[in-house]
Amino acid sequence: MHQTFNAALELNLLHANQEGADHNRAHFDQWGIRCLNLMSSPGAGKTALLERTLAALQQELKIVVIEGDMTTELDADRLRQYGVPVIAINTGRSCHLDSQMVSGGIHTLARDYDPQSVDLVFVENVGNLVCPAEFEVGEHAKVALLSVTEGEDKPLKYPLMFQEADCLLITKMDLAPYLDLDLAQLEANVRQMNPHVTLIPVSAKTGAGLDLWLDWVRSQVQQGAALAMA
Amino acid sequence: MHETDMTKALIMTVRDWYVSQPDPPTIEAIHLVVGQFTCVEPAGLAFAFKAQTHKTFLEGVPLVIRETPLIAFCGPCDRPYHPQIGLQYTCPTCGGAMEDIRSGRELKIERIEYSLEGAKV
Repeated sequence: MHQTFNAALELNLLHANQEGADHNRAHFDQWGIRCLNLMSSPGAGKTALLERTLAALQQELKIVVIEGDMTTELDADRLRQYGVPVIAINTGRSCHLDSQMVSGGIHTLARDYDPQSVDLVFVENVGNLVCPAEFEVGEHAKVALLSVTEGEDKPLKYPLMFQEADCLLITKMDLAPYLDLDLAQLEANVRQMNPHVTLIPVSAKTGAGLDLWLDWVRSQVQQGAALAMA
Repeated sequence: MHETDMTKALIMTVRDWYVSQPDPPTIEAIHLVVGQFTCVEPAGLAFAFKAQTHKTFLEGVPLVIRETPLIAFCGPCDRPYHPQIGLQYTCPTCGGAMEDIRSGRELKIERIEYSLEGAKV
């Protein structure tokens, strides 16, 4: 007859990832960098949004992109055309970025670029509406993209992603007239689990709504700078 | 398959615990709590655990997963409710948004059940 004992651990399964994310954020804070994590399903337009964003902001802000959603080198080359450093990280077959992968990108940033001079880091996550929401990478804010072709029910089906988002961009708005999308219903669905999210309809193709998005990005960088001064 | 990564983290945590014990214990079971409002599929975890512990000190150890339901608390109504995942997250009484989640976000190793060689009762 043997006696069994219990060791109460009460440890989060994502404990190690969370510690890594906090560590990454501490590096960003130390350098006065604001980090935004871009997440969406594949093809929602993360790279197109980044192209427009880099073109508009690269004169006023020092930006670096940590690129996780790399199907081909072409994606990174598209972004490098804007004179912005793009750090590609090898995600293998992972369905999301984790804090350890982004940590590798941060080491490259520290080694090859002057991190003190950088204002803003965009992390382009792997295209997936499920797990990136669960794995923090050290960002200060999460940006989710949902394209009009995906349908207004997606926030109900993938609630974590939409609940975690600080800013939600409804992309490809130029296509909306050709679809049966109910934008009001989409917004109502999102606000069921995230009533305070900043929701901005945009079109990277026509440029509609981008001013609001760029202002949101600027306000994020200012918040980071204010924190660094404090 | 993020369940693979989570299982890796689980095995590492259990290993850390195992090697920190003064006498090598026999692990009888590992108890997890997985909330319904996470991106983790219990069956996926169980499969990954079986595959990854093959021929290790954890081979054959039962992984006991307790699922917790999604329960939110409505402030204005001052009471909890069960949101319907995939359908409706707002309070069924007042229609208020789901802002305060009380259960369903758990993803934790609750406890390790073990015995000691030669420990007699």
